[in-house]
Amino acid sequence: MEALSPTMEEGRLVKWNKNEGDPVATGDVLAEVETDKAVMELVARGDGVLRKRLANEGDASPVGTLLAVIGTADENIDSIVGASAPAAGSAPVAQSAAPKAPEQSQGEASTPPQQQAAAPAASAAPSAPRAAAPPRPAAPPPRPAAPPPPKGNGARPGATAAPGGRQRSSPLARRLATEKGIQLGGIQGSGPGGRIVKRDIENAKATGGAGRSAAAERLAAEGDFKDVPLTQIRKTIARRLSESNGPVPTFFLTSEYDVTRAAEFRTQLIEMGEQYKVSFNDIVIKAVALALAEHPEVNAHWLTDKIRHFNRVHVAMAVAVEDGLITPVLFDADRLSLWEISEKARDLAKRARDRKLMPEEYTGATFTVSNLGMFGIDQFTAIINPPEAGILAIGGSEERPVVIDGSLEIRQRMRVTMSCDHRVIDGATGAKFLQTLKRYVENPLTLVI
Amino acid sequence: MPVVTYRDALTQALREELQRDDRVFLMGEEVAQYNGAYKVSKGLLDEFGPMRIVDTPITELGFAGVGVGAAMVGLRPIVEFMTWNFALLAIDEVVNAAAKMLYMSGGQYKMPMVFRGPNGAALQLAAQHSQAWESWLAHIPGLKVCTPGTPADAKGLLKSAIRDDNPVVFLEGEMLYNTKGEVPEGEHIVPLGVADLKREGDHCSVITHGKMVLVAMKVADDLAKEGINLDVVDLRTVRPMDVEAIARSVQKTNRAVVLEEGWEVCGMGSQVVDFIQRECFDDLDAPVLRVHQEDVPMPYAKNLERAAKPDAGKAVAAIKKVMYLD
Repeated sequence: MEALSPTMEEGRLVKWNKNEGDPVATGDVLAEVETDKAVMELVARGDGVLRKRLANEGDASPVGTLLAVIGTADENIDSIVGASAPAAGSAPVAQSAAPKAPEQSQGEASTPPQQQAAAPAASAAPSAPRAAAPPRPAAPPPRPAAPPPPKGNGARPGATAAPGGRQRSSPLARRLATEKGIQLGGIQGSGPGGRIVKRDIENAKATGGAGRSAAAERLAAEGDFKDVPLTQIRKTIARRLSESNGPVPTFFLTSEYDVTRAAEFRTQLIEMGEQYKVSFNDIVIKAVALALAEHPEVNAHWLTDKIRHFNRVHVAMAVAVEDGLITPVLFDADRLSLWEISEKARDLAKRARDRKLMPEEYTGATFTVSNLGMFGIDQFTAIINPPEAGILAIGGSEERPVVIDGSLEIRQRMRVTMSCDHRVIDGATGAKFLQTLKRYVENPLTLVI
Repeated sequence: MPVVTYRDALTQALREELQRDDRVFLMGEEVAQYNGAYKVSKGLLDEFGPMRIVDTPITELGFAGVGVGAAMVGLRPIVEFMTWNFALLAIDEVVNAAAKMLYMSGGQYKMPMVFRGPNGAALQLAAQHSQAWESWLAHIPGLKVCTPGTPADAKGLLKSAIRDDNPVVFLEGEMLYNTKGEVPEGEHIVPLGVADLKREGDHCSVITHGKMVLVAMKVADDLAKEGINLDVVDLRTVRPMDVEAIARSVQKTNRAVVLEEGWEVCGMGSQVVDFIQRECFDDLDAPVLRVHQEDVPMPYAKNLERAAKPDAGKAVAAIKKVMYLD
């Protein structure tokens, strides 16, 4: 993987333009690669035949990763391919077969190839040493110099890379890696075909990070969400803004809604009798839930390696308790009637204050609403509860002078401020959500039809 | 504990059950006056008389059918086949009568009978007389299939088989009759469907049954010298199969080799591997491998016969492969 822009750290292979076996000349476009900025052409730096492709379309690889081997048609490339076996792990760009004075601008010097001899220290069992192939020299050999064919067990056909460069790992190794928070990507497999096996995980150091996303994955059942792979631009936004603004790069969007009709609506309900009484907060939660159902891109979690858009709407509401706060969840709030929301919210709030909530009642939210209107706060910002991508802070509603069609009127107004995780939500995305929310809040009959 | 042969352990089980329940009787070719082709019924004619120890003509289908009829009217027959290779002639009574009777009579007829005899290859008996039948018979709903590998298990399983109200196929190892082991005296029962961890180790599971238990134990001794500790699971009964025991072992070792005497295609090992891939997927660090007879009729020539049989060398190679040591 060539560095195709000055800031590029990894690239995603969008499309191969050459097949294995195709003749290749210097300057031919081998593949299209998506960088942090654009889709660029990856061109051949030598002549020969495209012998082996080691990355699949769609795979992202760090700069310096071996993507393909160009050689003469009959050259033995086993030692090159074999050394980089697991999904083109960390071996440098290799071009064998005497390429015509390639410009060594990048890549070669970065990482010396990891020879497999380093791997299975734990298996002191009776096994012939694996490191049959000599280390790759830093510069290509001056002659065609096909590497000597591996002897003995090194010659097994299974000892080369997995087809298409897919990283192989045993089911147990994958489970152990998840449990220990180890990324498989950086591990050299010591099994057949570069398969990562138990001993490789045991020898690898934990890098952390995976445990949390595993817990988050349990939040929703299959089909209740859609996982969105991170594009290069998304990754760049996430990385740059996190550096600038703490681990959750947050920005705020404030909007003022006219809640005159919502207030009248509530008054009418109260006049109909005690059983129809709902709080202003219930109305806002119902409106937020309906708006979230229309905007899964806001109803989302940041899961480090991907974004999860939820089809179901689970709205948490912040409830002040004696020495802190807790956020009980109204599950499937968009499908609850206003009265159901009112009843559940009252019950949850009471049991929250009594410390009677079960853990499953305050976990699993997709979005949170915090309301300080009852304390006379007219506007505030709330802090996002990760991995949720947003939280909405509701201020109190009060009569304010507003200009409507050129005349001054006194209307009931309410300010909301949404905190957005910029890794997931962009400004325009959040603004569109607040527009949808405005439609619901300002037209309260939409909440009951 | 007395050390007795596999043969004598079986005789003990027969004698004790014949004494215990006068509905139990033994019949088959040469079981009475000749004391059995493999002397398993030695002395029983003298002790129990010709009504309980019955010589039959050379008519496998006929006397197997007599056994089925006797079981239907409340006796508990033990039908001995001189070898299971001859039992092919009686397979309709085993598969279509005995195995189906309880089901097709709507539960009116129990089938408390045992079909027993030697199974598997001995030495140079050639293609027709060197076959391991357990996967054929275990395929049939309605049958239980025992494959004891040690004298103690032979005794304990045969007593359970005789007391079971269902037809039990009891496969004895022809090459095991002279093997010796400790066998508890008197009432020693091994329940059907319970495997036995014959040796404990945490590096690799070897799942096996019948004659191959001895091979597995030898391999375990040999590999222990190299620092490889095998968990040897003896299924003892291949139907019903003690899958929990398999899971416990594989969850501990993360790798398994299935060792059996019969052929590869649709063998017992296929069933074991199917269970492991389904229930232990996330525990596996390597594909499960099988060791079995080569996919040919058993050759007569000594060197070819040796090459066709599963043995310790093939087992060791498979174990090293699943441990990534080859």
